[in-house]
Amino acid sequence: MKDKVGAVLVVGGGIAGIQAALDLADSGFRVYVVEDTPSIGGTMTQLDKTFPTNDCAMCILAPKLVGAGRHANIHLITNAEIRKVEGEAGNFKVTVTRRARYVDSEKCTGCGVCAQECPVEAIDEYDEGLNRRSAIFVKYLQAVPSTFIIDREKCIGCGTCQEVCRADAVRYEDKDEHVELNVGAIILAPGFEEYNPSLKSEYGYGRYPNIVSSIEFERILSATGPYSGVVLRPSDGKIPKKIAFIQCVGSRDETTGNTYCSSACCMYGIKEAVIAQEHTPGVECTIFFMDIRAYGKEFDAYYNRAKEEYKVRFVRSRIPKVEEVPGSRNLLVRYVAEGELKEEEFGLVVLSVGMRPPKYAKELAEILGIKLNKYNFCSTNTFSPLGTSRHGIYVCGAFAGPKDIPESVAQASGAAAEAASIIASERGKLATVKKLPPEKDVSGEKPRVGVFVCHCGINIGGTVNVPEVVEYAKTLPDVVYAEHNLYTCSEDTQKRIREKIEEFNLNRVIVASCTPRTHEPLFRETVREAGLNPYLFEMTNIRDQCSWVHIREPKKATEKAKDLVRSIVAKARLLRPLKKPTVNVIPAGLIIGGGIVGMTAALELARQGFEVHVVEKEKELGGHLRTLHYLLEGEDPKEQLSKTVKQVMENDKIHVYLGAQVVDVSGFVGNFKSKIMFNGEEKEIEHGIIIVATGAVEYKPTEYLYGLDLRVLTQHELEEKISKEEFKAEKVVMIQCVGARTKERPNCSRICCGQAIKNALKIKEVRPETDVYILYKDVRSYGFKEDYYRKAAEKGVLFINYDDERKPQATNENAKLKIKFWEPVIKTEVEIEPNLLILSAATIPNPDNKQLSEMLKVPLTKGGFFLEAHMKLRPVDFATDGVFLCGMAHSPKYIDESIAQACAASARAATILSKKALEMEGIVANVDEDLCSGCRICESLCPYSAIEMKEQTEEKRVAHVIEALCKGCGVCGTACPTKAVTMGHFTTDEIMAQVKATLVEEIKA
Amino acid sequence: MSEKEEFEPKIIGFLCNWCAYAGADLAGVSRMQYPPNIRIVRVMCSGRVDPSFILEALKDGADGVLVAGCHLPSDCHYISGNFKALRRIKLLKKVLEQFGIEPERVRLEWISASEGDKFATVVKDMVDQIKKIGPNPLKGGIEA
Repeated sequence: MKDKVGAVLVVGGGIAGIQAALDLADSGFRVYVVEDTPSIGGTMTQLDKTFPTNDCAMCILAPKLVGAGRHANIHLITNAEIRKVEGEAGNFKVTVTRRARYVDSEKCTGCGVCAQECPVEAIDEYDEGLNRRSAIFVKYLQAVPSTFIIDREKCIGCGTCQEVCRADAVRYEDKDEHVELNVGAIILAPGFEEYNPSLKSEYGYGRYPNIVSSIEFERILSATGPYSGVVLRPSDGKIPKKIAFIQCVGSRDETTGNTYCSSACCMYGIKEAVIAQEHTPGVECTIFFMDIRAYGKEFDAYYNRAKEEYKVRFVRSRIPKVEEVPGSRNLLVRYVAEGELKEEEFGLVVLSVGMRPPKYAKELAEILGIKLNKYNFCSTNTFSPLGTSRHGIYVCGAFAGPKDIPESVAQASGAAAEAASIIASERGKLATVKKLPPEKDVSGEKPRVGVFVCHCGINIGGTVNVPEVVEYAKTLPDVVYAEHNLYTCSEDTQKRIREKIEEFNLNRVIVASCTPRTHEPLFRETVREAGLNPYLFEMTNIRDQCSWVHIREPKKATEKAKDLVRSIVAKARLLRPLKKPTVNVIPAGLIIGGGIVGMTAALELARQGFEVHVVEKEKELGGHLRTLHYLLEGEDPKEQLSKTVKQVMENDKIHVYLGAQVVDVSGFVGNFKSKIMFNGEEKEIEHGIIIVATGAVEYKPTEYLYGLDLRVLTQHELEEKISKEEFKAEKVVMIQCVGARTKERPNCSRICCGQAIKNALKIKEVRPETDVYILYKDVRSYGFKEDYYRKAAEKGVLFINYDDERKPQATNENAKLKIKFWEPVIKTEVEIEPNLLILSAATIPNPDNKQLSEMLKVPLTKGGFFLEAHMKLRPVDFATDGVFLCGMAHSPKYIDESIAQACAASARAATILSKKALEMEGIVANVDEDLCSGCRICESLCPYSAIEMKEQTEEKRVAHVIEALCKGCGVCGTACPTKAVTMGHFTTDEIMAQVKATLVEEIKA
Repeated sequence: MSEKEEFEPKIIGFLCNWCAYAGADLAGVSRMQYPPNIRIVRVMCSGRVDPSFILEALKDGADGVLVAGCHLPSDCHYISGNFKALRRIKLLKKVLEQFGIEPERVRLEWISASEGDKFATVVKDMVDQIKKIGPNPLKGGIEA
């Protein structure tokens, strides 16, 4: 076998690809991201808000994109595709074609002047055709990379862009380029394609302007979209009074061939209805659906809010046809409700389109030599949800089946762990580490400030008189040098800044240009390379917040720019160097819980070379999986369980403690110390990270005679009975949502629909003549599980809908078990006498969660599951660094989803464990112990528990900042009554000086 | 500034790095035009804004102070800094009123990174409003 290579190729730069790339690059591997379009970010960049938190999509995504764009070990290859893959796991050779961009990425600064001058108008794909763009363009405003691209099909070759480009970046003669990459593993994250709704001609999409697809509607809702976030009709720009959402367009539909469920549309449909009303109050939204599949964490609570607070109307009906009303261009929707055909007019119709595999899935599969499933999504299985049919190639995100963002992110981190385990021996070998000169000691020196003012081509210089600002800067106190640059961010200016620091012995550096949010890291790096502490740099924004927003007032803009420079100089004079605290890392993990999830996480970490301690409460490994006898998809859970247990027990790096319990945890990321009770003794373990994998438990019903009548069982008990070949009932009734989706527990337990279908199919297999009735609220067989739902219906399993107003009733009269329920189609009350009544009991939080959450100082949801750092983009992280969660401790989920999360938690953990020492952010709080009165206000306010009280003298306790936990928000400093707490880089003195300098000059003038 | 010229209020804006500052950037990227009366001071979190910063700004002659952070309840990068800002500004406004300073001079807004338009509108609105209220009474005091 050839030598292994410490690099990974990620195909696709959407949220999944970027997450996988970041996790690998942060764990010491080199990563290449090959993205088909000109910029990374994928579909998420087009979304307005995200469910269930209504977070703005771009706000939470952009930092990840910038992070990936700037990462020393992530190489973005955009506007490119892979052509050939040779070799084997550990050593692949990949040929990539980078298509001509016609703009030099080294030179383009992304200023956008070319696009403003370009005379061509083309359809903007990013705005889904609802807007226009020029022939030279970036995909979206905050694009990474921000290099422009020329659409040569639309370009008329007039030469304007080349003429106006001050950076000399336009290259009409650019050609396609072939790149050879050598990598150890490959991760596929090419995403999905939206179903094209014009294929369902009965809905009139494409013919009637006021019918839009859900992704077009996202753009309509977006503040950066065609109507600046106001809900308007494309036909006349008027606000529609009524909006209809039609679900399952191109999903669950045999006529389209897409019989699977697209999993995310119910929730995005509800979200779009809610946001529409937030953006344009007064619009009335109606959602036409078959089943509302709000199966994820806190989704049902969101669904309920949409109904109750936002008055979104939900109508259970498949829509056969939509027609336009001539004149008004309203749309006529026909539907069936309460058994009657009805007709209703809407101003706008949104089609919730499903997810299709990427259009080049087949070609990709051929190049890679991997198998696809019958729908052309990547083929995977329950116990290897991230593995493809070829060793060394992994998959994540929607290409592995339709899914939402958090699931994609979890899979992405999981795939990163799998890829890393192949090349763990090569960690660090291809990663770049920069050599830096020692830091100069500037303490005691008088401030010597250098100011660099950027023209940004004509972006600033076209409005603000930059030379005047420079001359003004020279008059300010302690400024010893000032100059202007065409582009301060260009590579040659970085060199110049370093030279000027040397020449003028500068000890504070200011750049007046664009936004620190994108450029501060670059300039900090530059001053650090010149031997200055990076925190001696400051920046002020005279472009985004000045020249661009005062285009018609050049004089006032110039005055404002001067004010801004003056105020930032005042702050910079007070800047102090900050140390980035480092903490050593103990390269071992503690995993709490020894079910399939804990075991998977342990194996992943061990394969990457880390010691692992697994603490299991029971006397046996396996958890919940031990109670399963067969699976919906057909795999054998028992066989897999014993295989996994064997692997864990035989692995030297894994230490298993059975019948044990964690009783105390102290320390912080990299340095935890825990006590466990094991064999009646207390044992101490030191470790760098913690993974919570404590699972969940089955609800013991108090409803429907459970416990009173032996013929009433839970799904688990039925499974046990069937597996022991004791099942012989003639008539079985199953009731869904027992203990779930109720007032006390509003959320869905996610797995019970699949369980019921699994058991119903098993009954039909072992005893086909048995009648099975499933009484449900919504059948939530999302994704490819939909196929089993259909199969069950074909085999004669009867699915009957019930709602909260008419719940089924169970009685025991004269030893006869009777179930009464309302049949909504024939509108009659029906009574049957089953031999067995099976309850699909909820999955509820592990009762130990509360105690554990207090010990680990991590939060729980209202319902009692563990609450992650961010529901969308950090699904397996806690807000506390170094602590992770996975599996059912997070929320109810299927085995494949739990396994993906287990892998994800281990990948996230590896980003810490792979480092000898962690460098923390330098902007942290510190306490002047002499001023501290020990009042503990800061301790109680800190959202990260980063402040503890320590004894200064026998009588006095003072606040102490645990730097490793502090995130630098400054809430403590603001609240401190004695001003003993200060925030590095945002000290009270610095901010006050900045404010004063802004204002006082004017008073003098 | 001579008294006869139209009164141009000077506004200090404390914007949190993650949402409001990003929203102000987006207003720029989208070339939304608003009056040049605001000077922005970037802080990491709206929860860092000490009421004394606002009082000092008013004392130094600011005609208005804008504090802008991430939307309630859950957008805050630091979990709950926005709630802390909310409580502090509410209290501060009561104090200002007792000092005879119009509480409208201090404004708290939630602006997300995608709400460039909202940022521009807030600034426009605030400039109009403060023009109506007139110059900060403390400014004259200092000049005298």
